[in-house]
Amino acid sequence: MEGLGEATRPHMWWRKRPAGIPTSKKTNAACPPPRQIVVAFSSDKGYSYLVKVKAMNFKRLVLFAGHYGSGKTNIAVNIAIDLKKEGKNVVIADLDIVNPYYRTKDSEQELNEAGIPLISSDYANSNVDVPALPQALYSLVDQKDRYGIMDIGGDDRGALALGRYAPAILEENNYEMLLVINKYRPLTPDAASTMEVMREIEIAGGIPFTGIVNNSNLGRETTADDVIKTHAYAMEMAKDTGLPLRMTTVKEDIAAEVAKVIPDVVPLRLQNKRLWND
Amino acid sequence: MADKVLMKGNEAIAEAAIMAGCRFYFGYPITPQTEVAAYMAKRMPKIGGTFLQAESEIAAINMCIGVASTGKRVMTSSSSPGISLKEEGISYMAGCDLPALIVNVERGGPGLGGIQPSQSDYFQATRGGGHGDYHLFVVAPASVQEMVSLTAHAFNVAEKYRVPAMLLADGTLGQMMEPVSIEGITVEDHDKSWALTGTDCKRKHNIINSLSLLPEELEQWNLERYKRYEKIEENEPMWEEYMTEDADICIVAFGIASRVSRNAIKAARAQGIKVGMIRPITLWPFPKKPLAAIADKVKAFVTVELNMGQMVEDVELATRCKKPVLMANRVGGCIPTPEQVLAQIVEANKLGGAQ
Repeated sequence: MEGLGEATRPHMWWRKRPAGIPTSKKTNAACPPPRQIVVAFSSDKGYSYLVKVKAMNFKRLVLFAGHYGSGKTNIAVNIAIDLKKEGKNVVIADLDIVNPYYRTKDSEQELNEAGIPLISSDYANSNVDVPALPQALYSLVDQKDRYGIMDIGGDDRGALALGRYAPAILEENNYEMLLVINKYRPLTPDAASTMEVMREIEIAGGIPFTGIVNNSNLGRETTADDVIKTHAYAMEMAKDTGLPLRMTTVKEDIAAEVAKVIPDVVPLRLQNKRLWND
Repeated sequence: MADKVLMKGNEAIAEAAIMAGCRFYFGYPITPQTEVAAYMAKRMPKIGGTFLQAESEIAAINMCIGVASTGKRVMTSSSSPGISLKEEGISYMAGCDLPALIVNVERGGPGLGGIQPSQSDYFQATRGGGHGDYHLFVVAPASVQEMVSLTAHAFNVAEKYRVPAMLLADGTLGQMMEPVSIEGITVEDHDKSWALTGTDCKRKHNIINSLSLLPEELEQWNLERYKRYEKIEENEPMWEEYMTEDADICIVAFGIASRVSRNAIKAARAQGIKVGMIRPITLWPFPKKPLAAIADKVKAFVTVELNMGQMVEDVELATRCKKPVLMANRVGGCIPTPEQVLAQIVEANKLGGAQ
């Protein structure tokens, strides 16, 4: 990896935001302040910072965006199902118009079984590569008596689709826009390059971020140590952006171990299944 | 050991190409390989390289001919229908004896087909693909890590023998994410005295051309090229053997099919069936020697493919039809399941004892 990080170090043009883009500070009002200490479950091995979704106090609309391959879809599906288990009325929407693979629609059966409606392109997983969004997406914004989890497509190109819903979402002002980050992705190995992706998404989507989700992972092989090592990166992101680190999402088999060290750990069930084991 | 990153297969190809010294990429988007181009578009401007989205696949391959003529490392990528469009240019490239890397992240066909994974361009890749007598050096990775190492290797071999190389993957490998280390990449330095780099008035100018209207001269070009192909067949076959020491049944599978096959092999061994696998890593040259050798020891072969059995005849040829060749396959974008492969292993095991 020598050289890869250096070469991707971004130009710092976005440090000064273009006119018309609200600053993160202003929108922090839409986001709950970072909690001092989270629900700490005592276990036989000491304290754990595993968090139940209930304790996250999510806003009505929870939007997940980030670099493609950062893990947005998996998190969105998990949070939706967990909220539903808490007895909430939840709907999930797939706004990905870029990538025809690995999308929310892959979890349709699981979502169906949980009783969570999925709003998705009629063309999703049809193998027809048409970037189209369904009309039903407006109901997510307009029908305000339920939680809406929105999975925004990768990068700025994917976030463009968010633009047409942005005015209504900003007006209602009961949303959180979460930036999903993964230090192990090749184009976001440090805070500076991740900030570049973040600014591009904000400009394209028209909604400023309100928080950060550290989903740093190496796929199925991820160890607890792999995740713990990325906490400094996530905190640097939080510091540089002035945004709270909302949670660290970790695959469930190592979540407890990570939660001994890092606060606000949300365990994830991995969604996409494979035919092979190794 | 270098730090690991989580990469899509398509991204790994692009990064490996950059690390292997490729500074020119020309392409045209097509699912499921678009991330190769997207990654190049982000990276190339930052390292002084050239990313250019051409107006068509045909334009892109011809741009590659231009860069390759100057002796620089150049790559293009596409998926099945796009590769068909490039074939004219690939044939010209072979005729001009130009090294370059062409990446094919296959999808189901024929025609426009679908966007799900396939290995149905096996014939196209291993028999040349375009018009005329020629071969490509063809590598078939089975993991994202191997997409890194084989991308770099293909550039080196292409330059060593002055032939175009192809990396043949499928939509699953292109799209799936695995942790990889971008390491172990060596950039070999081969003779480039043939390249169009300007003479400085100090030497006779080079000509890069695939046209000769003198039949005897054109014949000589072909014969000289086939001498290089002989050397490639002698020196460059690559394969992996898996649990072949005591095998009664030999699976032959490449790319994603070999991943599925490993599961089936473990399941079969749990049932007491001795099965192993020879995984071709180069598809041309095909690893004939290990297959010929194991044909004396096993009862039967089972090819596992995402096509209608295009590799079956290569196995039959390599083994001189010594043993029956069964097949477990799916097409159209479907992947054989380990259960399906296991069922064919069980069938193969019912055949007569080793002769």
